[in-house]
Amino acid sequence: MVVETKFARFAALSLDSGSVIEPVEVAYETYGKLNASRSNAILIEHAFSGDAHAAFESAETGQPGWWDNMIGPGKAFDTDKYFVVCSNVLGGCRGTTGPSSINPATGCPYAMSFPVITIGDMVRLQKMLVDSLGIERLLTVTGGSMGGMQALAWAVAYPEAVTSVIPIASTSRHSAQQIAFNEVGRQAIMSDPDWREGDYYGRMKPARGLAVARMVGHITYMSDASMREKFGRRLRGKDGFGFDFSVDFEVESYLRYRGSQFVDRFDANSYLYITKAMDYFDLSAGYGSLGAALEPSHARYLVMSFTSDWLYPSYQSREVVRALRSRNKDVAYCELTSSYGHDAFLVDVAEETELVRGFLASTYGETG
Amino acid sequence: MAAAELKTELLARELLGRTDYAIIGQIIGSGAKVLDLGCGDGELLAWLKREKNVQGRGVEIDSAMVQRAIARGVSVFQSDIEEALADYPDATFDYVILSQTLQETRAPLRVLREMLRVGRRAVVAFPNFGHWTVRLSHLWSGRSPRTKLFPYDWHDSPNIHFLTVVDFETLARTEGWRIERRFFLSRGRKVEVFPNLTAEVAVYELAPPREGTGTRA
Repeated sequence: MVVETKFARFAALSLDSGSVIEPVEVAYETYGKLNASRSNAILIEHAFSGDAHAAFESAETGQPGWWDNMIGPGKAFDTDKYFVVCSNVLGGCRGTTGPSSINPATGCPYAMSFPVITIGDMVRLQKMLVDSLGIERLLTVTGGSMGGMQALAWAVAYPEAVTSVIPIASTSRHSAQQIAFNEVGRQAIMSDPDWREGDYYGRMKPARGLAVARMVGHITYMSDASMREKFGRRLRGKDGFGFDFSVDFEVESYLRYRGSQFVDRFDANSYLYITKAMDYFDLSAGYGSLGAALEPSHARYLVMSFTSDWLYPSYQSREVVRALRSRNKDVAYCELTSSYGHDAFLVDVAEETELVRGFLASTYGETG
Repeated sequence: MAAAELKTELLARELLGRTDYAIIGQIIGSGAKVLDLGCGDGELLAWLKREKNVQGRGVEIDSAMVQRAIARGVSVFQSDIEEALADYPDATFDYVILSQTLQETRAPLRVLREMLRVGRRAVVAFPNFGHWTVRLSHLWSGRSPRTKLFPYDWHDSPNIHFLTVVDFETLARTEGWRIERRFFLSRGRKVEVFPNLTAEVAVYELAPPREGTGTRA
């Protein structure tokens, strides 16, 4: 099946910083059919570099969606049963308003004049989209990594609009290590002379900086075991060392390839804004404790983490689970065994599928 | 009464011959808030949810079991029993169940005290180490007892604390726990006489000590 990305436009969006973006546009896709009682809607939240194209074949690019193995007929998020919505995040570069969008006030791209955004702002925009689709209550809000942060933020911001939440390989707040890796990425971009204080649109992109940022990112998404298995110390197209600084190892070649590929599809300024939003994320902020933040939520929770994920380690998921438990919320938690590191939620989906399917069926059975 | 007994019989068969489940099913009231410690694949909770409309939660340490439980729609979280109990406020549940797991816990007394803090009632089922077959096995062979109830070799047994009916009641007295109900089971039937000799499995419904009467430090 071929799907098209759609767009919704809203007059204004107020931000946590006090700024207002006017107007604001959201790119989104939907799969499946909304039932008559509008009780089968699922909101999928993408991770840092994702987009609205979560499943099926894109009319624009012909590519499958980023979570095509989880969304579709008979899959975990069964589109024969559920109505699935996925939108590109605020600050992104894949159709939703972000730093590369044209500022109507100036006729030029926002660049660094784009206001700093938060996970809460992303979620506020999604709420406007969901409202405009006529959905009062979501059966579930789910996503991995930054997607999980948004899912948790939904539960806190709109407790009446969320029946269940499935945060995967995620956290309730960014740790020092997570902030540190993001800062390395940002510094790589901002130290590229082509970045020009963000004013590079219509010129050379800060391609080297963005590629290095992505290379660092990719290392954090894998695990020692998965890299050893995938690359080991294998050399790239040669029998011995080159004794120079060209590519020797497979892993170098892979990272360079992923870095340069990323430059073609991602905006460097979006990288800065979205990573900053993640770093600012702390669900408990302003509530005193995580438990207090989650108190108004009456949703069912399915929390998942992966054994080899060292970027979003299981202890962060357990923190969420413990906070929910301290308020006697309905929470299921499982640490899934995988060697794929943080990427596991995207690639190692067999067990994830079973859990999501059962959890959704029982949640839908009780409410639908 | 006949109807209740019939239901017990059906339940016993449905739940793979786990007679302790049958008794637990009898104890737990409709719509109760239940925490099942060491709930395995959520079989008992799923049954209680379906038949008694309980609000159930489970704790299980084995990832594969947790996955099966969640896949069948039961809210189970993967955790150590003691850690799981520590997070809950006092009297969160009507019943906290520990079925055939007490003998596997590292600190049984701490677990039992925590159960009675988190729950208004604790339901504890355990295999009776005082059963005559256990005594005979030990006496005749001179080796660690191996019976139908305790089938493991000494070196691969998950059981690390062995207790009898008398042991448990002695502890309950010392701790000031109130025994609300007790059931002694053998081969799927209730037994009444000399339970410390004849019961394969004992099931207790406990209530916390009355204020000021416990010996709890």
